[in-house]
Amino acid sequence: MVDFWKRYRRNRAAVFGLVVIILIIIMALTASLFYPNDPFRLMGKPLSGPLTNGFLLGSDSLGRDVASGIVHGAKTSLLIGFVATIVSVFIGIFFGAFAGYFGGRIDDILMRVTEIFQTIPSFIFAILLVAIMKPSIVSIVIAIAVVSWPGVARLVRGEFLALKNREFVQACHTLGMSDFRIMLREILPNCLSPIIVVGSLMVATAILIESGLAFLGLGDPNIMSWGFLIGAGRTMLRSAWWVCTFPGVAILITVLAINLIGEGLNDALNPRLKERQ
Amino acid sequence: MSKSSKIFKYVGKRLLQGVPIIIAIVVINFFLLNLAEGDAVDVLAGEAGSATPEYMEQLRKRFGLDQPLPVQLMVYLKNVLTLDLGYSFRHEMPVNALIFDRFAATGLLMTSTIILAVGFGILLGLLAAMRLNTWKDNVITIFALITYATPLFWVGLMMIVVFSLNLGWFPTSGMTNVAAFYEGWDYVVDVSRHLVLPTITLSLFYLALYTRMMRASMLEQYGQDYVVTARAKGLTERRITYVHVLRNALLPVVTMAGVQVGALIGGSVIVESVFAWPGLGMLAFESLFARDLNLLLGIFLLSSMLVVAVNLIVDIIYCFLDPRIEVS
Repeated sequence: MVDFWKRYRRNRAAVFGLVVIILIIIMALTASLFYPNDPFRLMGKPLSGPLTNGFLLGSDSLGRDVASGIVHGAKTSLLIGFVATIVSVFIGIFFGAFAGYFGGRIDDILMRVTEIFQTIPSFIFAILLVAIMKPSIVSIVIAIAVVSWPGVARLVRGEFLALKNREFVQACHTLGMSDFRIMLREILPNCLSPIIVVGSLMVATAILIESGLAFLGLGDPNIMSWGFLIGAGRTMLRSAWWVCTFPGVAILITVLAINLIGEGLNDALNPRLKERQ
Repeated sequence: MSKSSKIFKYVGKRLLQGVPIIIAIVVINFFLLNLAEGDAVDVLAGEAGSATPEYMEQLRKRFGLDQPLPVQLMVYLKNVLTLDLGYSFRHEMPVNALIFDRFAATGLLMTSTIILAVGFGILLGLLAAMRLNTWKDNVITIFALITYATPLFWVGLMMIVVFSLNLGWFPTSGMTNVAAFYEGWDYVVDVSRHLVLPTITLSLFYLALYTRMMRASMLEQYGQDYVVTARAKGLTERRITYVHVLRNALLPVVTMAGVQVGALIGGSVIVESVFAWPGLGMLAFESLFARDLNLLLGIFLLSSMLVVAVNLIVDIIYCFLDPRIEVS
């Protein structure tokens, strides 16, 4: 662990990204402390500019506080980003592990399915899924997970293919371990590093997809999110640029920070990969 | 066997491989249609305002909706094969006619985006690789990092704020100036002015992607043995870069351009709805609001097929570009 942190620390940008994300998480957790009111509530004069009428970042056409929306929206983005990634990593591990470990027919079938899901234009597919299931946190998480697992499946399959004939796995066979136990307890822990790296980058993509869906009006109608703020503000672009601008900056900073962390994890977990580049 | 007949056979084989994928996509489409609440008859009844249960039953019979699911699936497959994608009750037009109407606008946007992104991506990547670790390389790397993290719709809105509302250089939305009935060259100029902002918005992400890929690809090629050989026989660095390394470095970028087409279609939904560009993406956005599921599914199906087709074309181009690839 100490060793890991030493290697991670060497990448300055990654440390910066980690600090930014911790700040954003703190902001999300303390949202109700600084802005105790519902972000959907009308707080004052509509279309006030930044730093006027008591609004830090201005208000929208209904007089809702943009800053409050951003602080409360952080919860939505982070939650959906993490949960959707965890779900899709699980699907990916399931498909990839079975395909790589058993090979042959099972591999053929599972990889064909993966290929189909990779061919389908993912964002339109996500739109369709949310539209059909009706927008809610659960349907958004399902949609993002369904469109993002194929990459993980391919990665895990490759790792399993490479590891399944290694000596330690053969030793497990000789000891009479069940296939399931070998897959879960022996092989999987050995391919966690690339999964963690890919997973961290997927959180960033998931946040971007969520904001895109919310922008198109497919967000959960009861929950404040950054994409919703931008979508609601776009019609007043001419008179109130701040309604769209600040939530976008929030998305940009969050996604950038997560990408930097992903690169840092890559350097720290796969040191050999770094040398090759 | 001669090279051309080999390629011919390869194309045939790849075409056959595409068939199961397309059938699978059609089947997914069918199940999504059935997963949604209500069927076409409910929509019709809703449009009419009132309908007796008997009449709705009769309608279901006429549309074949009373048949068991497998039979319905076969009918659906047959319909799709004959390019019949159903009827849009909102637009009162067949879905395929609607899609056909809007296809040209999206085609134009995507073509200009690909040209801009691939062209400049190759150029910037080349520049970054040749000026490794100088300020130019760093600027290009930082630009790519930021572009990766920016949501597309936000870039579009900011473009409108800066270049349309404040500077007044380009129109905010649409494809033509509706008030003026331009013809000939004036029309072309008008459309191109409307095209600038959507194209830049959509291409930024891919520009960053291709730049990074090109840079990595160039660096990888510089380390190959043939570069050492070229240096040993006294070729100039310029000749090595432009004639030998560049050509080989282009290959992965071409593959990537094919892989990204699916994502590009998704991006065009967002960009078209931001700029009100009257293409398929805008149509998808409208159908979302009108709850016009038939139309949305039609667009989804067509864009999936487009991805399959583009992947095939890229594979074929690839075997011409790289003679080392065994087509058999």
